[in-house]
Amino acid sequence: MKKVFINKEVDVNEEGYLIDFNQWDREVAECIAGECEIVMEEKHWEVIEYIQEKHQNSEPLSIRGIKKSGVINIKEFYGLFPGGPLKKATMIAGIPKPKSCI
Amino acid sequence: MKNLIILGAGTAGTMMANHLEPKLSKNDWVITIIDQYKTHYYQPGFLFLPFDIYTTKQVKKKGSKFIPKNVNYINTKVDLIIPEENKIQLENNKELTYDLLIVATGTKIAPGEIEGMDGPMWYKNIFDFYTYEGAKALRNKLRDWEGGKLVIHITEMPIKCPVAPLEFAFLADSYFKSKGMRDKVDITYVTPLSGAFTKPKATKALHYLLEEKNIKEVTDFNIERVDYENNKIIDYADTEVAYDLLVTVPTNMGDQLIERSGMGDDLNFVPTNKATLQTRDYENIFAIGDTTNLPASKAGSVAHFEAEILADNILRYINGEELKEEFDGHANCFIETGNGKALLIDFNYTQEPVEGSFPFPGIGPLSLLKESRINHMGKMAFRWIYWNMLIKGIHIPFVSATMSEKGKKIKESQTLN
Repeated sequence: MKKVFINKEVDVNEEGYLIDFNQWDREVAECIAGECEIVMEEKHWEVIEYIQEKHQNSEPLSIRGIKKSGVINIKEFYGLFPGGPLKKATMIAGIPKPKSCI
Repeated sequence: MKNLIILGAGTAGTMMANHLEPKLSKNDWVITIIDQYKTHYYQPGFLFLPFDIYTTKQVKKKGSKFIPKNVNYINTKVDLIIPEENKIQLENNKELTYDLLIVATGTKIAPGEIEGMDGPMWYKNIFDFYTYEGAKALRNKLRDWEGGKLVIHITEMPIKCPVAPLEFAFLADSYFKSKGMRDKVDITYVTPLSGAFTKPKATKALHYLLEEKNIKEVTDFNIERVDYENNKIIDYADTEVAYDLLVTVPTNMGDQLIERSGMGDDLNFVPTNKATLQTRDYENIFAIGDTTNLPASKAGSVAHFEAEILADNILRYINGEELKEEFDGHANCFIETGNGKALLIDFNYTQEPVEGSFPFPGIGPLSLLKESRINHMGKMAFRWIYWNMLIKGIHIPFVSATMSEKGKKIKESQTLN
C-alpha cells in the first residue's frame, strides 16, 4: 500500500506501519504523528531514537524496557503517546509494532 | 583432556549432551552437564495439568534417565560463571574450568516484578501455569471453582511459548463446557500487545476462535500492579480489569546466574548471534534455547532445531573452522484450540505463519494455520516423541532444522516483519 506524506511516497502495511525503514525520515515521522494527533517535541524524538536503536539491535521492545531506558518513565511515555504508547511510538519510529508469533 | 560444560539439563541442555556425546572424541573431551534439580519436566504438559488432561506423573521424570552414561551429570547449583577465566563456581565452593561452555539455563517466571502479584493471594486466586507448582495449584483450584470472572493475562513480552496463554483460554472454554458450567464463567484475555493475534495471516484465519468461544479481548494493557485486595489488575493508563480468578503469565527472565555473572541483558537473556548461536561477548561460550536473546520464540521446538545446528557449530569451532550462519529462527508449534482440535504453525525469523500442509507439501497429514483433529492427535503424540526422541537428540524424520517453504501458501503473505 502506498501513502503520500507532503511530497514523499512511502510503502505502508494495512495498519499504516512503514514497510521499509529506509523511507523513514523526521518529516515522515511528523506526518504519522500528526495522524495520531501527536505533535513531536524534543522528548518524543528521544524516545523514538531509543526504540529505533533497540530495534536495530533486534532487542524486544516492552514497557519494562522503557522503564529501564533512563530516557523516560512509563507515566511520561503514556503522556507523550496517549492510548497505546508502544503501538504509536513504533509507528512513528518507522519500525514494526511489537508482535507475538501468530 | 579438554572440558566441555553444559549449564542446565532442561530441554536444550539435555539435547546438547545427547548430540555431542557420540560426536566428541572420548580421548580428548570430557562432557559435564550441571543442573540444580534432579527432575526433568515435560513443560508443554503444564498447559494440560490444570484441566486434568495430564496427570502429574505424565509431566516429570528423573533427569538422569536422559543423560548419556559417558557424560558427567552434576546436581548442584552454579554460583557464578567467570568467563574471563574460563571458570565456573559451584555452590559448594568447588571450581570447574572449561574449554567450551554451553549455557542452557532457560527462562523463569518473575512474578515479583509486578507489585501485588506474588503477594498474599498468590496461589489463592492468582496463579501461573508456567511452573509445575503453579499448574498443579491451579488444577486443584479449578476442580472446585464455582465460576466467575476468569482473566487470562500476559504481563509483558517476551514469554516462553507465546501461544500458551491463548491455548489456555481455548481449553478453559472446553473445560467449563464439559463441566456444564460455561454459563457461569466469563473469560477475558488480557494482553500488552495489540491483540490476541498480532500477525496479519493468523488474525484473519483465527480471530473467529475468540468469537466462537465467547472470549473477550483486552488489548494494549500494560500492567502496573495487581490490586489483590479488590481483585483487579491495573495498567499504566489506569485501565482496570476485575477478576475472580487471575491466571497470569508473569514477566519471564533468564536465570539469576546470568545476572550474577554479568552476562545478560535487562531481562537476563544472553546476547547471542542469531545465526551461529555463539554468544556475542565470548567466543568459547555458546547459548541455546530460552537462555538467548534471539528474536525467535522461546519454545522447545526452537531449541530442538537450534541443537542440530549448534552441535555442528561446536564441532567446527573445535576444529578451528568458521561457524556456519545457519539458524533461521525456525519454530514449529501445535496450538490446542479445545474440543479435541488443534492448529499447527511453522515459521521463522522472517516468515510469518501461513496456511499449508506439513511436513509433506500438498499432502500433510498436518494442516498449517487451520484447526483439525489430526493436529490435536499430533500434539498428544508429541509427548511420546519428546521423551523418546526429541531430548535424546534423535532426528525427527522429515522435519528439517531450517524452515522449508514448500507446502506453504507464502505468495500473498508479507514476509517482512
